[in-house]
Amino acid sequence: MPLSSRHLLGLQSVPKEDIQLILDTATTFREVLERPIKRVPTLQGKTIVNLFYESSTRTRISFELAEKRLSADAINFAVSTSSVNKGESLKDTVRNIEAMKVDMVVIRHAAAGTPLMLTKLCDANIINAGDGIHEHPTQALLDMYSIREKLGRLEGLKVCIVGDIAHSRVALSNIFGLKTMGAKVSVCGPSTMIPKYINELGVDVIYNIDEAIQENDVLNVLRIQLERKAREYFPSIREYIKYFGITSERLEKNKKDILILHPGPINRGVELSSDVADGPYQIILQQVTNGVAIRMAVLYLLGTLN
Amino acid sequence: MKLLLKNATVINPAQNLNEKNLDILIDNGIITEVGKNLQQTSSDFKIIDLTGKIVTPGFIDIHVHLREPGREDEETVETGCNAAANGGFTAVACMPNTEPAIDSAEVVEFIKKQSSNHLVDVYPVAAASLGRKGEVLSPMAELKDAGAVAFSDDGVAIKSASLLKRALEYSLMFDLPIIEHCEDESLAGGAMNESFNSTLLGLPAIPNVAEDLIVMRDILLAEYTGGRVHIAHISSANAVNMVREAKKKGIKVTAEVTPHHFTLTDDAVKSYDTNTKMNPPLRTRKDVDAIIEGLKDGTIDCIASDHAPHSIEEKEMEFEYAPNGIIGLETSIGLAFTELLHKKILTLEELIFKYAINPRKILNIDIPLIQRGSKAELTFLDTDLVWTVDKTKMLSKSRNTPFDKRLLTGKAIGVVNNCKLFYEGKFTAI
Repeated sequence: MPLSSRHLLGLQSVPKEDIQLILDTATTFREVLERPIKRVPTLQGKTIVNLFYESSTRTRISFELAEKRLSADAINFAVSTSSVNKGESLKDTVRNIEAMKVDMVVIRHAAAGTPLMLTKLCDANIINAGDGIHEHPTQALLDMYSIREKLGRLEGLKVCIVGDIAHSRVALSNIFGLKTMGAKVSVCGPSTMIPKYINELGVDVIYNIDEAIQENDVLNVLRIQLERKAREYFPSIREYIKYFGITSERLEKNKKDILILHPGPINRGVELSSDVADGPYQIILQQVTNGVAIRMAVLYLLGTLN
Repeated sequence: MKLLLKNATVINPAQNLNEKNLDILIDNGIITEVGKNLQQTSSDFKIIDLTGKIVTPGFIDIHVHLREPGREDEETVETGCNAAANGGFTAVACMPNTEPAIDSAEVVEFIKKQSSNHLVDVYPVAAASLGRKGEVLSPMAELKDAGAVAFSDDGVAIKSASLLKRALEYSLMFDLPIIEHCEDESLAGGAMNESFNSTLLGLPAIPNVAEDLIVMRDILLAEYTGGRVHIAHISSANAVNMVREAKKKGIKVTAEVTPHHFTLTDDAVKSYDTNTKMNPPLRTRKDVDAIIEGLKDGTIDCIASDHAPHSIEEKEMEFEYAPNGIIGLETSIGLAFTELLHKKILTLEELIFKYAINPRKILNIDIPLIQRGSKAELTFLDTDLVWTVDKTKMLSKSRNTPFDKRLLTGKAIGVVNNCKLFYEGKFTAI
């Protein structure tokens, strides 16, 4: 059974069957990544452009690696070296790329909605690698994959997303995906970083991190984006650490067993203390490995759809 | 040439006129006869049969951006006036966020000169502060003498309460309103309304309290100074309620609403179509319902389009980067008839108040009369005409409308003013 859409723009309206298919397909590719020869010929002859309008290290490398593992021709289009700096519009850039007969475009952009805009500008399959504070679907898929791998299921699990929910594309994609898969989702963070209308998404809001630890099976801890405007939303890093930072003392005080995810890069000593970031509850590096498998699955399923 | 309008229903609430099957004879731009069965007396006649149609005093849109001087690639005084005539307006008031701003008598005179030969009268709204910077008052008396009809730092609210207080006090000398774009600067800067939709769409948002705060500030200062404040493009439910309460207290505050704010909600933004991006942003159903209540009970005095032309390349940008605003002159009346008249929210007479009478009262402009000896300034309406918006056929220089291909019922089919007729897509001297 193929995917129901030829693009992956977000998880808001992706049906359960599609998520299931992506996760199951990723399991196969996860196994490929353990082989001595980590390459399959599945997308040989396909050309994929990684169109990154915003700096990114791990997501770009993860996509690039996934493309190479599938034997696709991968081209990186980074803003600093492109004609974008000469004032070319997104529309012209995309039309030029399409004129080069590209099959798929992976886009990262600081403005929400740009992947949708691309679907109207060209015929390629579009994959959203993060648009503004909107969605980051492959991150949520790899998070779900990692949870499922560790705990065996998603249905009925209690997952809390911790941190700056209002300015996070990871949070929104996780909420959509996890709810579709039957998990119970809550969010925890400073009230200035929780969107005013979040309740309408059917998630609970917790302001107390101890309560969040006690009541959940999984914590997905987001990076506090100190380089962005996030700093204006709470009084000081000291206060953030005191009330929302996850430390091993806090984990021990509240509960023994919990799974901790983090999309990286970590601010050590801020959202996670160093001992937690390296400790037994976290699966941060497994997430990175799984990310390649998830992206291979998405690229494969979309690239062989036509 | 003389013009004879036949068999029209002529309505002008300002002179208690509402009569069917009237003929209007216009000679040299002046109404020379209003009556039944007027006859053609010479060959130099143009006759328009308006059976089943309505003739009213010319409609005016008091919130229009003509972009000249500065952005003539988007609109000029001439193309904006053409769009106004095509939309059914005989007059517009143009906003001062031009480059340079309308903050000197010279710019007012320039705009007047650019429109001097047009059917459509242009009434410049001058900047309230020099360069719309919110620091120093503009030369308001001189601007008024040059032809300005109101003052506004449109695009933004007057920056400080102290400058607004002074502007209101100074304007008391000539009874012209201060038109305010109500938005708290520190809460501004988002791309859409803050709502559940902005959460879903991941777009930076402007809360409606940004509007409410300034509406309240302005009402309090209007009360304190006795000056007149006109709230431009009101869009939030709270703001409508505040204006209603202020009017009850006798405070001199008036308000306008745009057709898009009574027609659309922020659901329209889900397409990320940059033609749904405007400021104030499209709000929620609750706000639209409050606006409709405000239109019904008179809290909202008039309808104005906030006609804001933008070039294609500017609107083709990413949603967050695209400029705010849509063109509105050529869809305003069609939307009002479709959404308000045919949904039985307002009567035709009430709509004529909101398009022809109240806006002129706000700007101290004489209301055109339909009687012998008066200047002929008229709009012809076909309230039942079903038509489809086609942006390629618009006369505005820009194409940024979210209403393209929308089916509407009701349209202005012609206008007369300044010895000129616009009818069936053509300007004719009469």
